[in-house]
Amino acid sequence: MTRSLPPLLLTALLLLAWEIACRALDVPPYFLPPPSAVAASLIDRAPVLAASATATFWMAMQALFFAGLIGGGLALAVSLNRLAEQAVRPLAVALQVTPIIAIAPLVLIWTGLDHADRAVVTLAAAVAFFPLFSGVLTGLKAADPDLERLFDLYGASPIQRLVRLRLPAALPYVLEGLRVASGLAVIGAVVAEFVSGSGATQGLAWRLLEAGNRLRTADMLAALVLLMAMGLTLNALVSALERALGRRTF
Amino acid sequence: MADAAALAGVVVHYPGRPPLGPIDLTIAAGEIVALVGASGAGKSTILRLLAGLETASGGRVDRAAAPGRTGFVFQASTLMPWADARTNVALPLELAGVAAPEARRRAEAALSAVGLGDRLTAHPRQLSGGMAMRVSLARALVTEPDLLLLDEPFAALDSVTRRRLIEDLHRLWAQRSPRPAVVFVTHDVDEAVYLAGRAVVLDATTGRVTRELVTPGTLPRPPGWRADAGYRAAVEDLAAELANSMTPFPLDGGGGRLARGETTTAGVGGGGGGGKAGTALDAENTLFEAGASTPLPILPPTRSKGS
Repeated sequence: MTRSLPPLLLTALLLLAWEIACRALDVPPYFLPPPSAVAASLIDRAPVLAASATATFWMAMQALFFAGLIGGGLALAVSLNRLAEQAVRPLAVALQVTPIIAIAPLVLIWTGLDHADRAVVTLAAAVAFFPLFSGVLTGLKAADPDLERLFDLYGASPIQRLVRLRLPAALPYVLEGLRVASGLAVIGAVVAEFVSGSGATQGLAWRLLEAGNRLRTADMLAALVLLMAMGLTLNALVSALERALGRRTF
Repeated sequence: MADAAALAGVVVHYPGRPPLGPIDLTIAAGEIVALVGASGAGKSTILRLLAGLETASGGRVDRAAAPGRTGFVFQASTLMPWADARTNVALPLELAGVAAPEARRRAEAALSAVGLGDRLTAHPRQLSGGMAMRVSLARALVTEPDLLLLDEPFAALDSVTRRRLIEDLHRLWAQRSPRPAVVFVTHDVDEAVYLAGRAVVLDATTGRVTRELVTPGTLPRPPGWRADAGYRAAVEDLAAELANSMTPFPLDGGGGRLARGETTTAGVGGGGGGGKAGTALDAENTLFEAGASTPLPILPPTRSKGS
């Protein structure tokens, strides 16, 4: 409780200063609405915003799931063979360094002309892929070399080595990858939605675009607040998972 | 008595380093052998050869122990940090396919034998360095090995804990019937003489056996044996021989021997070692004076670290 007090105080202070500045300087609301107006918008448009937030969250979660499945599975397969790792790693890096916004129109053509949500999930998964792949692969190779020797000594099978040694040793790295990937998945979903720009997905990014086009700045800020809250929630979820597993395993 | 393991003319090549060997070393069943030598002399390599964790580039390695009946203790306790003491100790049994309840029962017995019967569910981070080392020892003993290999197991511990663990090791060794063969690596001559029935000195550069010293007295040691004159004399003798193995002179001779070692696989061990043993006997009991007056380069400057 005491640890969350300082950031809450600072946030309240900043909001107060913003509110006072808006009123004192008579800033037009289309330029910068006061926090009270943003709060009012949040309440007024709660049903629409909640539905949009759920849509974005759901797409990000799907993306995270597929990125984990493909990234984690590929890392697992590649960790068993040095040559395969040498072949795959540069390609994974290439995917990571390619700006998502640049491949978004292509992915939209391939998957999303009729199903914009598929394009959004695909793009968000593409962004979340690398930290998961990299985390799993690094973690699988992070086991104590002397413990590896011990498993050699007792003639452990590849499955025994994986389950008893490499997966547990990889866990902290996997969780760190998940933390980064969960944030990126939301970013990816929003970017993809912006690019698809059709409103077919009805996510928070669409609410941002819609409100922006109508100069309803308070509505934009309300959507932004929800995106921020979503990121914080995901981060907290990973931390909770870390603690739950950590208590048992480290 | 049958041999527990034997190296005959073993040569090991490393990229970018002078090769080790040829090494001739026989470990009899039930004996305790200390491998003493400078760091980089190949002590750990010999241990891994005996464990079957490393393959020789030439020569012959004979191991009598059945698969899974070799125990290994590393310099660090090398426990799985996510598993409790009992799970760590049960690991070799479970890898060998022993059913989980049976493996747990035997792990508990092994932990009790090293005095940790009340710490079954403790995780490694909850244990002191000495306790973690005991868990490691219990894990090595849980398969009732015929050959127990220890790679500087006490180097990181304080002297009180170290002495206690040495007594534990003697006790556990003496309890077993038949007694397992124990090979341990150390650079501590006191530890070597006290713990082992036979100390083997390795040449600093080639890893060849330059001298073997049978320690006086019986194992396990009687209480107060460290004050015994025979013990002190053996320590000084071994220390002198160890210092001798680190002089730069064997480096030149070593180069010549290596060239021969590449064409010969066995039987080169005797001559050079015997000659140097003579000089060591002359230096007996005068180690500290000799150490002070004669410059003894501990490591040849060009050798890389590690073993």
